Amino acid sequence: MALLDIDNLHAKIDGEHGKEILKGLSLKVNPGEVHAIMGPNGSGKSTLSYILAGKEDYEVTDGTVTLDGEDLLEMEIDERAAKGVFLAFQYPVEVPGVATMTFLRASLNAQRKKRGEAEVSTPDFLRLVKDKAAHLGINQDMLRRGVNVGFSGGEKKRAEILQMAILEPKLCVLDETDSGLDIDALKVVSEGVNALRSPDRAMIVITHYQRLLNHIVPDFVHVMNKGRIVRSGGKELALELEANGYAEYQQDAA
Amino acid sequence: MNADIRPIRTQAEQAILASLATVPEGGDRLADLRRAAARSFEENGLPHRRVEEWKYTDLRSLMREAVPVAGAAAVAEADARACLLRGVEARRIVIANGAVVPELSDLADLEEGLSLTTFAAAMAAGDEVLSRIGGIVPSRYDASLALNTALARDGVVITVTPGAAIARPVHVAHVFAGGTAAAMYDRSLVVVGAGASFTYAESFEGADGLAYQANSATEFVVGDGAHLDVVRLQEEGASAFHLSTLLFDVGRDSKVHAFTFGLGAAVARTTLYATLSGEDSHVGFNGATLLKGRQHADSTLFLDHQVPGCESRELFKTVLDDSARGVFQGKIVVRQAAQKTDGRMMSRALVLGDEAEMDNKPELEIFADDVQCGHGATCGAIDDDLLFYLRARGIPKKEAQSLLVQAFVGEAVETVEHDGLREALVERAEAWLAARA
Repeated sequence: MALLDIDNLHAKIDGEHGKEILKGLSLKVNPGEVHAIMGPNGSGKSTLSYILAGKEDYEVTDGTVTLDGEDLLEMEIDERAAKGVFLAFQYPVEVPGVATMTFLRASLNAQRKKRGEAEVSTPDFLRLVKDKAAHLGINQDMLRRGVNVGFSGGEKKRAEILQMAILEPKLCVLDETDSGLDIDALKVVSEGVNALRSPDRAMIVITHYQRLLNHIVPDFVHVMNKGRIVRSGGKELALELEANGYAEYQQDAA
Repeated sequence: MNADIRPIRTQAEQAILASLATVPEGGDRLADLRRAAARSFEENGLPHRRVEEWKYTDLRSLMREAVPVAGAAAVAEADARACLLRGVEARRIVIANGAVVPELSDLADLEEGLSLTTFAAAMAAGDEVLSRIGGIVPSRYDASLALNTALARDGVVITVTPGAAIARPVHVAHVFAGGTAAAMYDRSLVVVGAGASFTYAESFEGADGLAYQANSATEFVVGDGAHLDVVRLQEEGASAFHLSTLLFDVGRDSKVHAFTFGLGAAVARTTLYATLSGEDSHVGFNGATLLKGRQHADSTLFLDHQVPGCESRELFKTVLDDSARGVFQGKIVVRQAAQKTDGRMMSRALVLGDEAEMDNKPELEIFADDVQCGHGATCGAIDDDLLFYLRARGIPKKEAQSLLVQAFVGEAVETVEHDGLREALVERAEAWLAARA
């Protein structure tokens, strides 16, 4: 059984005249696999990531999504997280007044509680954060500050990966994690992501550019356009796209 | 249109007038003040929505019931009621039903530089310090203060001698400990000498089921170069009426900080007056109000910059659940002489309940030409993007909301300097959030 099984997913922006964005998208992701989703602006890539995470601004009109065979669309946002879905945001929000440490701990313990596991003790938690943060170049000062408050674009992305490393999700959805990163930051973030690759964990990497895929090498590449996956292939497909652009797919769909 | 049409006295007004008849004739300046206050009430009565300062808190229609003035409280009952801020290391004074309870009050072994007595004792002794009472006169009739002046018989009188640094806060616990609804009035005076520093805490509480009426006023006279911190926690019973007034006469180069935290009462109005009468002083008034159900709470400030070079900062946060109503009114007056005044006032409301309402009324009245003054007001719901972010990390909705509300309130609560008091307030905010159904 696939870890994630998206079948004929149709979704529109919530509201009476909401625009349809996903128009019959299907995708199967098995544990251990890394799937890259590429495509032009407006093809519905970010919408897909939000729908998987449970954002309430969209309405699913048809199709199914299951995680480990369970209906993902029926689950609350926090329930999805506890079941192992993690969305690394394209634009992580700033949460003034909630210290990063407080937030990390509340997240981890809420997930553990929902799964019927014991809360992490303070010393264990501190050790865990210290260890993971060091690898991502996140210092104590950043951890004391409000979540993402005053962080640079690169620091925010690193903070997302830190959360991912601490929460150890089953399915990581990285929404344009490369946007706003310089080459050095891209390397740190990619190394952080690669360190989390495991036979039990799957990843969906959403990006415009092939560049990120030099660092995070995918098993599969999918081209998305107008709310559907229009082509799938191996990692070489990304190179082809880089050379030829998305023009041919955009014409097809007309 | 200022037509004065008030031929009918409400039941509550009539009852209050009956209480005012007990204000004695003859005596000293204080007696004159009390009679003058009683007369001003006779003339003006309870304010209503056509009185600008009470526009959003129509006392005349809100205060329907008349209750008699409370009798003395039983010591055991007062002791059982006085729970707030008990864990804070402080010198504790208990005022129950408007009178200091000596058995529960720490009146002995005063630190050097601290003098503390009861208002009743100071009056009986004709203590000269009471000449400071009534030092700040509001520019308009204030019913709450007038009633307090006329009817309060007891409270605390504190003097900190010049230069004394009193590290341990004085905590005055105000409780209602009666078996039936009644009205209580207390008046306190705090004189902080030049260069002295002092922390004054107040708490207010009483039984939930009783529609008692609390009216408290405290005057602070802050000497040159002094440092005063005031922290106030209002958790009156759910049916109670709370009226209170804080008045500050602020001397040169001094620093005054007041934090008001309001959680209780059915109807609450707290008015703060500050007269900045010495140059280069700093006044910070901050507050947080957390309301639910049908609670109504009003924070009203008047800052009078009379001299040059003073700074005032106000930050008030209001959280409104259910169909609660919050009111913030802030007026900064900058007199012609008060050049180089720097005043900033901000009121922010977070609306959780669909039926909740917030009324913000900031006012600036500036007569000097070289000043920096600003005010702002915001009112909004919890940011959906923030909520989604927290929930996407596994934090359940209620808990995520609590974290965001705590963060919102925290910005104001963090201004409380005293660690023990600040932690106690944070703990009360957490308890409020935990109790949200």
